[in-house]
Amino acid sequence: MSALRTWCAIAGIVLSSTAGDVLLSRAMRQIGDVGELRRREGLAAVLKAVVTHPSFLLAICFLATSFFGLLLALSWDDVSLVVPASTSLSYVTNAFAASLFLRERVDRRRWLSALLVCAGVAVLAT
Amino acid sequence: MTPRKYLVLVAIVVFASCGDTSLSYGMKRVGAISAARWTELIAAVFNPWVALGIVLLLGFLAAYLSALSWSDLTYVLPATSFGYVLLALLSIGLLHEKVTLARWIGILLVSSGVAIVTRGPSATARPASRSRAAGEKP
Repeated sequence: MSALRTWCAIAGIVLSSTAGDVLLSRAMRQIGDVGELRRREGLAAVLKAVVTHPSFLLAICFLATSFFGLLLALSWDDVSLVVPASTSLSYVTNAFAASLFLRERVDRRRWLSALLVCAGVAVLAT
Repeated sequence: MTPRKYLVLVAIVVFASCGDTSLSYGMKRVGAISAARWTELIAAVFNPWVALGIVLLLGFLAAYLSALSWSDLTYVLPATSFGYVLLALLSIGLLHEKVTLARWIGILLVSSGVAIVTRGPSATARPASRSRAAGEKP
């Protein structure tokens, strides 16, 4: 029962961190290359564009949820299970979500890379 | 990909690794904080190592947002996962931790993933740029 509770928390962490990363990516893509924007309109304009973007604000909420979910899961189970499982699985869910919601071209090269990193992080963090 | 953009990816890796290490070192010096005494977390921010960690992680956030403004998420995430390898190598080199076979396999897997993704394009080709950076009205 406690294992089920931990895995539910891990699923929550992975889903909220994925939602956060996808929303951050969407916000930054809509804002455009910040290097060019800074040269054209200055650093204040970049900061204003980022912190007032609705997707950015929503992303921060999801990333905060993910962080507090991690703290909660760590109070229930071992760090050697929670951290590698949540970190490595998020590489795979991010690839799915980026393909689905951001219309990124996730070809075989990127899938292979995501799976290799997922496996490597799981091994390194355990 | 220009050299400046590769530099931003390197900055993500360095800021995240150094920020996490500094934060972790600082919190170990502060000691365990119980849920009942959560206000001690505010005092922990004034520990020099924790403060340095926060500054470095703000640097990470700036570099990460910059990379996402011109690159795909499915490129940035695997490409910057080299930080795990960097931390493992640092712990081997500086802390003289034991190098297990599993650790070498982990380093090899992550490095292969990074090598594969960075040989491909960094962004999905789109029919027309909708960004404000391209000079169009939003």
